[in-house]
Amino acid sequence: MKSSVIIFPGSNCDRDMDVALKKYGFKNQMVWHNDVEIPKSDLIVLPGGFSYGDYLRCGSIAGKSKIIKSVIDFANSGGLVLGICNGFQILTETGLLPGILQQNKYLNFICKNVFVKIKNKENKYFKKIKKEILELHIAHNEGNYFCSKDELKSIEDNDQIAVTYCDHEGNDDEKNNPNGALKNIAGIFNKDKNILGMMPHPERMIDPFLSGEDGSLFFENLIESL
Amino acid sequence: MVKVSEKIAIEHGLKSDEYKKICDLLKRTPNITELGVFSAMWNEHCSYKSSRKHLKKLHTKGDQVIQGPGENAGVVDIDDDDAIVFKIESHNHPSFIEPYQGAATGVGGIMRDVFTMGARPIANLNSIHFGSPDHEKTRNLLRGVVKGIGGYGNCIGVPTIAGQTCFDESYNGNILVNAMTLGLVNKNKIFYSKAAGINKPVIYVGSKTGRDGIHGASMASAIFDDKIEEKKPTVQVGDPFTEKLLLEACLELMAGKSIISIQDMGAAGLTSSSIEMASKGDLGIEIDLTKVPCREENMTPYEIMLSESQERMLIVLEEGKQNEAKKIFDKWNLDFAVIGKTTNSKNIELFFKNEKVAEIPIDFLAENAPIYDRKWIKAKLPKENNFSKEQFKSLKLGDCLKKILIDPNIADKEWIWDQYDHTVMGDTIQKPGGNAGVVRVHGTNKAVAASVDSSATYCHAHPLTGGKQVVCESWRNMISVGAKPIAITNCLNFGNPEKEKNMGEFVECVEGITEASKYLNYPVVSGNVSFYNETKDKGIKPTPSIGGIGLLSNYKEMMTMELKNEGNYLLVIGKTEGHLDQSVFARNILSEFNGPPPEVNLFNEKQNGMSILNLRNKNLIETCHDVSLGGILTAISKMSIKSGKGVKLFLLQGLVNKFEYFFGEDQGRYIIEIKPENLENVENMLKKDSIHFDKLGLVEGNKITLENDLKLSIDDIKEGYKKWLKEYMVN
Repeated sequence: MKSSVIIFPGSNCDRDMDVALKKYGFKNQMVWHNDVEIPKSDLIVLPGGFSYGDYLRCGSIAGKSKIIKSVIDFANSGGLVLGICNGFQILTETGLLPGILQQNKYLNFICKNVFVKIKNKENKYFKKIKKEILELHIAHNEGNYFCSKDELKSIEDNDQIAVTYCDHEGNDDEKNNPNGALKNIAGIFNKDKNILGMMPHPERMIDPFLSGEDGSLFFENLIESL
Repeated sequence: MVKVSEKIAIEHGLKSDEYKKICDLLKRTPNITELGVFSAMWNEHCSYKSSRKHLKKLHTKGDQVIQGPGENAGVVDIDDDDAIVFKIESHNHPSFIEPYQGAATGVGGIMRDVFTMGARPIANLNSIHFGSPDHEKTRNLLRGVVKGIGGYGNCIGVPTIAGQTCFDESYNGNILVNAMTLGLVNKNKIFYSKAAGINKPVIYVGSKTGRDGIHGASMASAIFDDKIEEKKPTVQVGDPFTEKLLLEACLELMAGKSIISIQDMGAAGLTSSSIEMASKGDLGIEIDLTKVPCREENMTPYEIMLSESQERMLIVLEEGKQNEAKKIFDKWNLDFAVIGKTTNSKNIELFFKNEKVAEIPIDFLAENAPIYDRKWIKAKLPKENNFSKEQFKSLKLGDCLKKILIDPNIADKEWIWDQYDHTVMGDTIQKPGGNAGVVRVHGTNKAVAASVDSSATYCHAHPLTGGKQVVCESWRNMISVGAKPIAITNCLNFGNPEKEKNMGEFVECVEGITEASKYLNYPVVSGNVSFYNETKDKGIKPTPSIGGIGLLSNYKEMMTMELKNEGNYLLVIGKTEGHLDQSVFARNILSEFNGPPPEVNLFNEKQNGMSILNLRNKNLIETCHDVSLGGILTAISKMSIKSGKGVKLFLLQGLVNKFEYFFGEDQGRYIIEIKPENLENVENMLKKDSIHFDKLGLVEGNKITLENDLKLSIDDIKEGYKKWLKEYMVN
C-alpha cells in the first residue's frame, strides 16, 4: 500500500506520521507543498503542525496551497484522505469536510491523552477495529469543532460523525469534552466516508513506551482495509 | 546625527570610567553607532564583566565533553557518533515586561543556539519563578509566560518534556524565565562560530530586521524601577513559524559543506554575532548595512546594529557557495543577503550608503572589554533551630501532609504542562511530572533524560551549600530515571553584582556548583549569567538553575515513580536525620523561615546514587523517586497519587520525632520499590556497600497509612494537590 504525507513548511508531525505509516507496512513518500502532483497513492495524509504558521485562521493558507488541488481531486475521485489535527483544519478550509475548528473553549492549548468513542465503523478507517473506545492523544489550540444547525443535521443524517470525546466508559457528555467541540466531535467524515479529519493523533500512540498503543489499532486496521 | 557625550554614554548603561576607556582606546570620541556597539558589547549580559573571573573556576572537563562553555551551546558525546548539544538561558527581564513575547523569544533564542551548532532540537525544558501567588501580577505573568513558552515550542514541534515552577515573594518584581533546549547532532558534523579565512562572504539569513528589541541586552543589564513598563518596545517579538523555516533551512544547508562558521543573532543582534565570529577567528569583518534586509523604513546604522529582531542568523560561507545556499533559503522563503566579508584588518568596519559609519578594532570590543573583580562578602552558616517538643504536640501527620501538598511549590503543575506539546516527535517516554523528562534518541535504543532544578531557599540561607545541593538534586533526578548523569548547563540568576552581598551569593553558589560537579564528575558545559534581577533595591533570592542531562543506553530500562505492585517493599536509600530547617514543613507548619539548609554530603550522595544505578542494572528496582522538597511523606504521596496505589508505612523502631523523619529534607535520598523476592538480595547488596537504608513500608490498598498516626485515602490527598494551581488560575 502506498501513502503520501504532504509536508507544509510548518508541518511538525510529518515525521511522526511517516514513522507510523511505515511501521504498519505502508510504502510512504513525502510530498512537498509546492509540488503540483502527488505520486500514485492509496492514502494521502495531511499531518499535524502549523502549515503556514497559522497566524491567520488555522489551515486557511494551506487550503489554497499549490499541492491542495491535487489533494481535492484525489478526494473527489474517491481516494482516501486523512487529516490529523492541522490536517483536519485544512480539510475544513478546503470545504472537503463541513464545519470549522475554533479556538478551544478554555482558550488554552491542550496536550493530553483522551478517550474517543468510535461512532461509525462502516468505513475503511475503523472497520476492523475491535474496540469501541480508543485512548488517543490530543495536542491543539483550535480543536473546538463547530458547524451550523443545518450542517449538523446533514452530518448526523449521513452518519458522518467518526469519533467523539468520551471517558473510558464511553460517556461522550459535556464533562468529557476537552475543548468545547459541538456534540463532543473529535473527528468527522465526508458523506462518502473516504475523507476523515480528526483532532487526536493516532501516530503518537503506537508504542507502549509512548502515551499508549491504541494508535496501533488505527493503523493496523487501515493497512488491512485498503 | 547625535553628538556623543559622557551623558549619552551613561544613558547607554556605560559608566563614566568605561566611557573614558572607550575614548582612550579609540583616541577619539566614538560616533553614535560606535557608542551603540560598545554599549552592547560591554554590558554585563554580553561581556560577563562581573562574573568572568569566577566562571573560570567552574568544572568544565570530562571524558564525554566535546565542547564546554564559550560556544553557542555545550556538546557531550553519547556514543555511536551521536552527541547532545544543550544549553539553558535566561529571558527574565523581557518576560516581566511582556510575559508572552518575553518567554516565547526566550524559547526561540535557546533553540537557535542549539541548531546553530548543527543539531536538531529534540526537547525543551524550562525553569520559571514567579512572585507570591498573592501578588497582583503573579497570575497574569504566569499565564502569559506559559502561553508564550507553549506558543513558540508547540509551533516549532519540539516537545517540552520537563520543567520547574516556583513561587516566592522575592520574585514579585523580577520573575525568572529560563529556557533550555537539547539537540541531537552527529559528533563529526558540529558547527562552530569561529570564522576562518579572509574575503569569505558574510551572509544574513532569516527574518528581516526591525526596530524591535533595540538595546535588549542593555535592558537585561539594568535594574528595574517603577517605569519599567515603558520599556515594552524593547521586547522582541517572536515568530515561531519563521524559526521553523530557519531551522529546516539551516539544517539543510549544514548537510552540505559550504559553511565555515555560523552564529545566531541573539542578544545585541548583528553587533555581537559579527564581532564574536571575527574575534574567535582573529579576523576583521566588513559589513555593508545597506544590504541588511529591513522591515521598517529609514532604519539607521545604529538601529540596524542594535536591533534584536528574532529568527536571524549570520553565516560565513565558503567562497563560491552563495548560489547553492541561496537556493535552500529561497525554498524556505527566507531572506538571504550577502552583507559583507571577512578581512584581515582585525577591525569591524561598517558601511552605510557608501560611507564608512564605524570602525573599531575588534580587540577593543572583546578582549579589552572591562573585567571587574567585584567586592563580595562571605555568608555565614545560620544557626540551627532548636524546635521544642511543644511545637509538635498538637500536630497531626495527615493535616500537615495535606497542607504541604497544596503549597504552591509542591502542588501539581499539570495546568502548565498540559499547555505544552510534550509528545510531538514521537519519542517522549517520560512526560512532565516525573523525576525527569526522557526522550529516545530517534531510531536507536538510547534515551536522554533531562531536568531543571533550582533551590533558591537553600541558596538564600547559605549560598555555598545551596550551590552544591542544586547540582546534587539534578544528579539525583538523572539517577531516578535510571540514566547515567552526563553533564549540566547552568543559568545563574542573581541580584545586583555591585552589591557585596549579592556578589557574595554569586561567588559562593558558583563555588558550591563547582565543588559538587567536580566530585560527581558532572561537568558544566554551557550556561549564562543574569545579574541585576532587582526592582527598586529589592533583589531576588540567589537562583542558580541547573539543567542536567543523562544517558540511558537502553530506554526500556528507564525507571518511573509510579508504584507498581501490591505487596512490594519500599525502601529509603540514604540516611534520614530529620533536617527541618529551611524545609517546606518548617515554613508551612512551624512558620520558621531561618536556619541552615540541609547539609550536602558529596560522598554519600555519590555512593547512594551509584548503588541505585547498580541495583537498576541488576533489574532489582521496580520504581524510583528521589526525596526532595517536603521529605519522605511528600515523595510517597506523589508516588501514590501518580499510580493510584496506597502505601502502608512501618513504624520505625526508636523513631524520636515522626515529623522530622517524614518531612525532613535531608539530601542524597531515594525511595525505591522492590519485589519481595528481591528484598534479601537488595538488602545484602546495600549492606555490603555500606549504604544506609530504612525499610519504609509496603505497597498496599488505596490509602497511605501509618499505624494509628495516619490514614488518608489517595483521593483525599489528590484533591488538593491536583486542584491548587487550576483553581488559582481560574480565580
